[in-house]
Amino acid sequence: MKRITEAAQLEARYDLVIIGAGPAGQSAAIAAAGLGIATLVVDENLAPGGQIHRGITTTPVTDRAVLGADYWRGLPIAQRFLASAVDYAAGAKLFSLLPAGDEPGRHAEIELGVSIAGQARPVFAGQVIVATGAMERPFPIPGWTLPGVLTAGAAQIALKAHGLVPQGRVVLAGTGPLLLLVAAQLRAAGATITAVLDTTPAANRAGAARHVIDFLRSPYLGKGLSLLAKARGGPRRIAGVTGLRAEGEDRLRAVTFTAGGAAQRIEADVLLLHQGVVPNTVISNAIGCAHRWDDRQLCWVPIRDEWLLSSVEGVAIAGDGGGIAGAECAAESGTLAAIGAAHRLGRIDAAERDRRAAPVRAALERLGRGRGFLDALYRPAAADRVPAEDSTIVCRCEEITAGQLREAVAGGATGPNQLKAFLRCGMGPCQGRLCNLTVTEIVAQARGITPEQAGTYRLRPPFKPVTVAEIASLPQTNAAVKAVVRY
Amino acid sequence: MFRRLPDSPAETLRFTFDGAALTARRGDTVASALLANGIASCRTTPAKGTPRGPYCLMGVCFECLVTIDGTGNRQGCLVALEEGMRVETQAGARRAVAP
Ligand code: FES
Repeated sequence: MKRITEAAQLEARYDLVIIGAGPAGQSAAIAAAGLGIATLVVDENLAPGGQIHRGITTTPVTDRAVLGADYWRGLPIAQRFLASAVDYAAGAKLFSLLPAGDEPGRHAEIELGVSIAGQARPVFAGQVIVATGAMERPFPIPGWTLPGVLTAGAAQIALKAHGLVPQGRVVLAGTGPLLLLVAAQLRAAGATITAVLDTTPAANRAGAARHVIDFLRSPYLGKGLSLLAKARGGPRRIAGVTGLRAEGEDRLRAVTFTAGGAAQRIEADVLLLHQGVVPNTVISNAIGCAHRWDDRQLCWVPIRDEWLLSSVEGVAIAGDGGGIAGAECAAESGTLAAIGAAHRLGRIDAAERDRRAAPVRAALERLGRGRGFLDALYRPAAADRVPAEDSTIVCRCEEITAGQLREAVAGGATGPNQLKAFLRCGMGPCQGRLCNLTVTEIVAQARGITPEQAGTYRLRPPFKPVTVAEIASLPQTNAAVKAVVRY
Repeated sequence: MFRRLPDSPAETLRFTFDGAALTARRGDTVASALLANGIASCRTTPAKGTPRGPYCLMGVCFECLVTIDGTGNRQGCLVALEEGMRVETQAGARRAVAP
């Protein structure tokens, strides 16, 4: 492991660049290093682990019972990763990725723009594995932008990475296994939880029933049972919650909702929202990978071949960024992507590749069983994905409401990209990360078409804001000048 | 808004937020340091000037944007807190030229 703390330490070229150091990125790096491939791992976090194993080597939470066995499963991966022969740039920003091409001005290899500690450098790569993982699905309710409202994942990160627990009257709301897990972890860490508001639609059970056999044969069963055992005797849990809203002027004061036919109000200092996770497709979208709408997981997923290669040459997508399957599958898919890349780089022949991939594919098959059950059981309600109230903010950055979006569609905007021009939605600093799924579904609903037909924002580099000073710090090579001129 | 678990042995760091002297721990990000000090809001939006605070803590929402040592538009949840950092509320839109 060579830690890269300054841009000047980067090599000009690597055989393989891996983006992200979660379970998929780390496993890809371990496999690639084992095959003697010159590899760079670029990660925006300060330590390895991604979000699921966030802070695994640095967490101040030493009592292992608090975060649980699934979290600590990340430690041996991180240890092997940190012992592997790769270059590792933590706290680094990847702001561009230009696919290789043969047209004039295009380099024959993939060109990446990396910035570390305010200094930017171009890096060339033969192959790239994007392992940028998942993010929480937007949960656009009235008041979700108020300070004091965070995602459940944020509270989990605060606990794992910083040993912080929310205090005051804490309410969790939404659906999905992570919501229950966070509630259990916060409770084990000593937080007082006022209530858990469960928005899981009761009708989901029927849909999940047809996946039950797979679920019973899957590793999820044991995890689910231990989670339910932990949740037992826990905080007040209210089922069948609809019409969730966060209230307050300049910060959260109360949560209101309907349950059992009655309107209810709970005073709250912290509201933690969660309704599942979705692939973070910012990079795959911005570099032009083909995506499809996954109706089971209600999100966009990049289209990949059996080696996890996207439609852009030399760019594979491993882990939850290619579709939600969880940490263990992510680690296996990272290994698979590295094996595929090794073959494309000419390190192993096809027979060797297939031999190495066979046990990985078997593990993926086994670990992936039961996912359909979870997807069906915790499918978020349509009303929690497409806000009924016109005044609900959808695009947090530019403060564009559901009503404005519907009005613009009625006025002739045909899809998300035109809505950008009409309203500036998706054009704030988050570049649509927090609104693109909602906007797609609003357009689809308003026009009576499928989400696939409605489409999504076309993103462009830079993937993250870069300063003029960072751009100016690029060395004055022809390639770098071209990179700047393009943007 | 958040409190620290008692078993955090890390070194104490001093920093300021809008001029107020505060402390946090090594290992904190700027965003977690603010939350641990009860600060829920760290910026106002360019569009309508409404207050916002850290929402995702994983680099996707950009609600944690703050000015750090004079540089605006920094994602507080991705920046490690350092001794003596000067953190300020990011009010409204960034100006192209420093005032
Ligand atoms: S809190 Fe969401 S990007 Fe920092």
